[in-house]
Formats: sequence, structure tokens, C-alpha cells
Amino acid sequence: MDHFPTSWGRPRNDAVDAYNTYPLHQRSNPKQDAFAEGIQRTQQPIVTGTSVLAFHYKDGIMMAADTLASYGSLARFKNIQRLHTVGSRTIIGASGDMSDFQYLQNQLDQLTIDEFTENDGHDLGPAEIHEYLSRVMYGRRSKMNPLWNSLLVGGKKDNGERFLSYVDLLGTTYSAATIATGYGAHIAVPLLRSAVEGRVNEITEEQAREIMTNCMRVLFYRDARSLDKFQIATVTDAGVTISEPITLETSWNFAEKIRGYGAQTS
Amino acid sequence: MFRNTYDSDNTVFSPQGRLHQVEYALEAVKQGSAAVGIKSKTHAILLALKRSSGELASYQQKMYRIDDHVGIAIAGLTSDARVLSNFMRQQAMSSRMVFNRPIPVNRLVSSIADKAQVNTQEYGRRPYGVGFLVIGQDKTGPHLYEFSPWGNSYEYYAMSIGARSQSAKTYLEKHYESFADCTLDELIRHGLHALRETLQQDKELTIANTSIGIVGPTVDHELTVTAEGVFRILEGEPIDVFLKTMVPKEEAADPAPAAPAAGDEDVQMAD
Amino acid sequence: MTSIGTGYDLSASTYSPDGRIFQVEYANKAVENSGTAIGLRVKDGIVLAVEKLVHSKLLVPEANRRIQTVERHVGLATTGLLADGRNLANHVRNEASNYRGLYRAPPPLKELVSRLSMYVQVYTLHSSVRPFGCSTILGGIDENGPGLFVIEPSGVAYGYHGAAVGKGRQLAKTELEKLKLSELTTREAVFEAARIIHLVHDDAKEKDFELELSWIGDETNGLHLPVPKDIFEEADTKAKEALENFE
Repeated sequence: MDHFPTSWGRPRNDAVDAYNTYPLHQRSNPKQDAFAEGIQRTQQPIVTGTSVLAFHYKDGIMMAADTLASYGSLARFKNIQRLHTVGSRTIIGASGDMSDFQYLQNQLDQLTIDEFTENDGHDLGPAEIHEYLSRVMYGRRSKMNPLWNSLLVGGKKDNGERFLSYVDLLGTTYSAATIATGYGAHIAVPLLRSAVEGRVNEITEEQAREIMTNCMRVLFYRDARSLDKFQIATVTDAGVTISEPITLETSWNFAEKIRGYGAQTS
Repeated sequence: MFRNTYDSDNTVFSPQGRLHQVEYALEAVKQGSAAVGIKSKTHAILLALKRSSGELASYQQKMYRIDDHVGIAIAGLTSDARVLSNFMRQQAMSSRMVFNRPIPVNRLVSSIADKAQVNTQEYGRRPYGVGFLVIGQDKTGPHLYEFSPWGNSYEYYAMSIGARSQSAKTYLEKHYESFADCTLDELIRHGLHALRETLQQDKELTIANTSIGIVGPTVDHELTVTAEGVFRILEGEPIDVFLKTMVPKEEAADPAPAAPAAGDEDVQMAD
Repeated sequence: MTSIGTGYDLSASTYSPDGRIFQVEYANKAVENSGTAIGLRVKDGIVLAVEKLVHSKLLVPEANRRIQTVERHVGLATTGLLADGRNLANHVRNEASNYRGLYRAPPPLKELVSRLSMYVQVYTLHSSVRPFGCSTILGGIDENGPGLFVIEPSGVAYGYHGAAVGKGRQLAKTELEKLKLSELTTREAVFEAARIIHLVHDDAKEKDFELELSWIGDETNGLHLPVPKDIFEEADTKAKEALENFE
């Protein structure tokens, strides 16, 4: 209970120290930083990643993303890992602004360390990580300062169930057996659905890789901000593995027949 | 010697390296009526003796639900207990909201322990004058913790706090090795026996002055319908069936220990 | 010998005429009356061991840990007032987290020790607070190799090859001096640490104790972890045997 009349009726923050219990030196300083007036909110993403795809298969979750970070239309950083392991059972894939993703990676790393230092038999699984991220993302959007990402969170819960969910810069979340962000949501999801839905428990890792590679190929042909180099990650009972970058085999000789490309000049 | 010089401030060590203010706060806990906690492999329970200030008054509540999977029994200053239990509820809710998981019980207890420690180190504050027994169930099983004004928390198989709790502890130390495999009914019976040890002469456990808190799978005797496994407090008529399972004390002449009380007095001369 | 600085010992902000701060010395008494904790810095890592005095049979064994992990590669053991020890452990965790947030790298052990000792020292400057009643052993591995430090209630911090605090520290230090610490492996150090703790425990004065061991080294891949059950059992058994031979 706040005993001071001057605070009644004004914005309160009960989550932080409602009973004034923090040690003197830790109480949050109300004084404003000199540059507070000039703070700008995120308006647009700058260095971005394109689609991330993921789906359920027999042994767990498979997720893939290409290794490109674009600077607008320039394919600037061609060897970036957009898949990130959290703890021992979760994989995150991010599209959108890469600096915001790096910030999230560090937040999640610190969460993992905090959990490790407790050393009490509890750990954070994909469901907890997803809930945490959705709170963070929604909270930022509510302050009109979003982390400009669309994230996929996949993994295995400690009861062995597969988990795959989406969260984005608006704080929207949903779960499904096949999910993709960006262009993948339009181009890859129909392909994934027809390949995966209804037969999740029968798809082997080999088959899953093929499905994934095929989708990545289609995306490379159609998405102008994609790359033919990508990584595949899996989460199974044995843990999380992220592959080395794989190069796609593509065939561009159809271009010979198109006027203006190849040998034809008219 | 010189104890009086070193015992008025929170911030003064005695020459023997003791903090007398905190030790005095422990006395406040000893003034509260007794509470007993026991755990087995499947359940953890709390039993508390409620006091009333007179015949016309109601009995002071001794147990609080913190979350579906955690409950506490208090002994000491009730107002301090409310503040701390409110804080515990905020922590528990925060875990569900941010991580979508029930807070691991040990972390919840550590959070109030750390909060209480701050109060033992700064001038102008006083240590919290309340002790808790916390029971809860999480991924790692059922747990029982004791929290004290020192800011220490310990996990126990069985423990008792409050007035004359040493007698209950003696009973618990004698039987603790059998608790792990007890059924819920057996566990409650042990708890009632331990609680009975703390009673003064001529007093008895009745449905009015006893409350039982349980966390773990539901059993048949529980008359109220609850969601599976949640922390629930049993009081009044529903606990009569448990009181009847108590074995009469050998030395006293009292026969059946649980003749249902009229409800408004806890002095019962059985005959 | 208890020296009582009558009149000059009521607050941490008072010097006695001979330049001592009695409140800090009294805080040391709280440490001296508590169970022993030791740390060994050896060739490839660190071992921490604590003599946990068990005040009741009803306590769940292995549940009430005295050795805390404060970062992936750093462990902390305290003797004295346990609640104060937790306060310090939480503070180091925050410092480590801040360091990581700023530098995106694991904090060097010396950095954590420096910050923690300054934090402890601040509480010896003001009359409005009391000094921490615990000594802290911090052990970890960073790019400089293994490191072991002790921070006392006064805020003073020294680096050690072998350190002991608490009731049995004299005997423990004698035993540690006999060992060639820089040549031992962490596994050997675990056995030595268990032996020393069993040795310093005074059966006559206290009833029961529980041994707690943790290690960081090649065998843990640089992570601070409790010693695994099988090695713990082995160390415990060997320690008890050595005790019989010692007498």
C-alpha cells in the first residue's frame, strides 16, 4: 500500500518494489537522462533476414533459414547464422531486423545463464522461451518501439512432445505443425502442408531434409532477397544441432530462352 | 554480558558476532500458534492450530494459498505474513505470465528469503516477525520449506514452528523415516499427532481449531471438489474424518480424541 | 580472546582509539563460528568444499546448498551468516550479467572479485548498515586459467592457491600447505578436499555434518558443477578411511 498522498491517482508500478523494500543503493533512480527527449522509436528494419521455415517430423522439429542478411536490396552479409540454440532443447529462427535479433540472442543467453546458476533441476524449455519472447515482443510493441522480427521457436518439451510456435513484432503468436515467416508464409507453407500434415509421425530425417531443401530452392527462385546458401537445424531427444551452411543446386538455364537474358540480345 | 548495548539496532553486531535484533524477531515466531509440515514421495501437507481471541471471535487464519501449486502456513506477526505472502503471489504470477510455468518452489522461497535478509542489514528497518512453512509441488516433486526472519530457508522432510513446536519436532524426528512412503491419510494422521504434542493441558484438536493444507493428488476422503492436485485447505466438518483417525494418547485417560466440538470453544473435556 | 571495544563498537562508522573498526571484527566472529569452507586452485581447475553443519535430522540431504553457481564458469562458497551469503551471490550474478550486457563476453574472475569486494567494503563505511557477516570464496576459470579468491567482511580480497575460512580454518590451512596444489588435477583435488573437511570436523562439538563439493576444470568443460555422485561417494569413502589412519 502506498502511503504517500502525492502518489495516489498517479501512474503506479506495483511490480517494482511496492513496499519499498529494495536496499537503498538499489532503488531505481527517477532522474532522467539528458538525451531522453531525443529518443527515437524503431521506424523500419535496416539489415534484414528473409524467411525462416520449420515443421514437425518424426524425431522432433526441423528448422531452416538462409545465411543472408540484406541491406535493403543489397545482399550484404552472406554468412550469417539466423538460427540460435537456447538451453538444451530449443531452437529460435529469426527473420526481420538482425540487430534486434542479436539483442534478443543476448537476452536469451543471459536467461539461460541465470537458469544454469540456479542449478536446481529446472530448466527453460521451448514453451517457456516462447512465452517469454511473446511478452517481450508485445511489451515493446505496446511502447511503440518494436523489435522488428518474426521469430519461430521450436523444440522438445520435457515430456517429449514437439513444440513449434511463431511470435512477431506485434506480439501475435500461433502454433502449428508447419510454420514459415516472410515470403515463406506464402510460398513454402502450402508446400509444407501438403508434404507434412497428417503424416508427421512417419517422416524420417532424410525425407524431412528433402522437403526442406525443396522449399528453400523454390524460395531462392522466387524471393528476391534470398540466398542459395542455408542451414538446417534439428531438435530431437539427442539435443539441438545446427548444420554447416548447405549450398543449393539450382538451374537457371531457362533464362537462355528469355529475351534480354543470355545470348539473345533482342 | 553487555547484551543490552548491542541489541537495539539492526545494524550492530555483538562482540560474539551475533545479531540480537534478529534473534528477538525469532521470538515473535515462537509466540505464534504451532504449525506442522510433512512431506512424502507424493504429497506435502501442512497442519496448523488456529487461535481465537475469545469465545465470540473467529479463529485466526493460519494458511494461505499462494498459487495452485504452493501454499503456506504462518506463525508470528500476521501483518508481516500478509505482506510477504502478497509478494510471493506476485512472484508466482509473474512466473506464469512470463514463462508460462508454475514457479519452482525453491525459487519462490529464496525470493522471500532474500527480501527478508535486506531487512536484517539496514538501519531503520526491522526483521520480519513471521516464519513460514511452505509446501508446494513442481516438476521435481513435492517440497516442504521453512522460512525464518533470518532470511534463511531450508528444505525439510518434516518441520514444526510456533509455540511449543519443539514437542512436535520430537515426534517428527522419531517418525520421519517412515514419512516418504506414507499415504495421504497416514501422513495427515502423523501430522495431527505431531500437532497434538504442542497443545497445552486439557486442550484438544477440534474441527474448529485445526486446519489442514494439502498439495498432491486428491484422495477419497476429501469431500470438496478441487482441480486435480492443487493446493487446498481443509477446515471445519471435512476434517472430522481425519481427526477420528488419531490414535488416543497412551498416558492420558482421554478416550476418543475427536468428539466434534460445539465449535465455539476449544476447551474440551472428553469423557 | 574476545576484545570488547566498549563505546567504540556500536557502529561501523566509528574508529577505536587504536584505529580498529570493531563492528567489522565482530562480523568476523560470525564467520569464525560457522562451518568450514575451503577452496583449492590446482593445475587445471578449482575445487570448493563446505562442511555443512546439519542442525536437524529432518533436513533433506543435498537440498540446502551452500555452494552457489554465479556464472557458467564461476562458483561461490560462503561461511558465516547464510542469508548474507545469498545476498552476495545474487549481487555477483547481477554484476556478471551487467558485464555480459556491456561487453558481450564472460566476465574475468578478477573483475567479479573486484566488484564484490567493493560492494562488501561499502557496508563497512556507513552507520546505517551493518557489515556482511560472511567470508566468500570465489573460484573460477577464465582466459588467465583457474583463479581462487577470498573476500572477508572488511572487503579485503586476496588470491590463493589454497584457502580456508570458518571454524576449522587453522587445521585446514595446515593440511593445504602440505599439498603441492599446482601439480594436482581437479579429480585428485576433490579427494584431498573431502579428506580435509572430514578432518576438520570436530565430532565432539557438533553432531552431524554433510559434505558439499563442487568443481570446475577440464572434466567439466569449464562449467561450475556439483561433483557427480560417483566421484563424490568415492571421495567421501576415501576421506573416512584416511581419517582412521590419521589418528
